Amino acid sequence: MKTRVFLVAALMLAALSLSPKTFAADITVSDAWARATPPKAKSAAAYLGLKNNSGEADQLIAVKSAIAKKTQIHRTSMENGIMKMGRVEGIDVPAGGMAMLKPGGHHVMFMGLKQQLKEGSHFPLTLVFAKAGEVTAMVKVMKPGGMGHHHHH
Amino acid sequence: MQRRLMILALLAALAVSGAALWTLNRSVPVANPSVNIGGPFRLVDHHAKPVTEADFRGRHMLVFFGYTYCPDVCPTAMQTVSEALDMLGKEAGNIRPVFISVDPDRDTPDVLKDFVANFHPSLTGLTGTPEQIKEVANAFRVYFGKVKPEGAEADEYLMNHTAGVYLMGPDGKFLTLFSHNVPPEDMAAKIKKLL
Ligand SMILES: [Cu+2]
Repeated sequence: MKTRVFLVAALMLAALSLSPKTFAADITVSDAWARATPPKAKSAAAYLGLKNNSGEADQLIAVKSAIAKKTQIHRTSMENGIMKMGRVEGIDVPAGGMAMLKPGGHHVMFMGLKQQLKEGSHFPLTLVFAKAGEVTAMVKVMKPGGMGHHHHH
Repeated sequence: MQRRLMILALLAALAVSGAALWTLNRSVPVANPSVNIGGPFRLVDHHAKPVTEADFRGRHMLVFFGYTYCPDVCPTAMQTVSEALDMLGKEAGNIRPVFISVDPDRDTPDVLKDFVANFHPSLTGLTGTPEQIKEVANAFRVYFGKVKPEGAEADEYLMNHTAGVYLMGPDGKFLTLFSHNVPPEDMAAKIKKLL
């Protein structure tokens, strides 16, 4: 019974969704956002949630975009009160689990930004997974001081 | 209680980094790194106007060291400061929030001007010569160092740096240190108590 309710709900959600990737995709991307940047900014960061709908562990291994010379997977870490930010090999997305890219932790780093990120605009970001392959998400540009406090509907 | 422990841990970490800095740079000897935080400085603000510590006396100061090329922790910390000031309302008028760049090569007053425009209207961005930045960082026991990732172009380096928000008294004396990821409401409540 419970499964049936769940299935119906899932089907309704799928039907309602405008995004085709919700259909049976192994990886779902949610709430992809980036902070708006000042006009001449040379860097930016994007954040998002990853949900692995498959029964197999996966890993985000690369990121691609047209908005910057370099698009990389980064992590910010603190050691003895000192902030360090650097590139990481990948981000694990456990089977049936989530991985969150959020301020102060993992993020998609854009270096050599080619365009200003203006509040309210969107840009495509391609995420490459070891198993699920490429998934493209639209990143929403939020206000410059934004923290990504999303309202969940 | 937990917060007190966290502040103690932060101060200990600060003492360690201060001590490390001291061994690196003996030109600024430090008697007790955990106590003497702050001191005189000569810098320029985001309007390219020269300023010293004297320009900030008489009001509390919230000081963060960072660099504008950092798209993650630095804007997040500045957002926290901005939100805390908004929560303090009128009392925020007694506080001068300051962002001091540890990346003077890229952070010119113009670049800082664009950066501070994203946050609380009272935020001042400060930069200076590499020598001046070294001095003010030493005074605050702030560590910073350039990191050039493999394959990065000359202007694509990153900075490791101490990331905390210092609350200084109207006399320039150190009052407390906030972790870079403190919730804004906690920062506002603590500041209110210390004003
Ligand atoms: Cu980064």
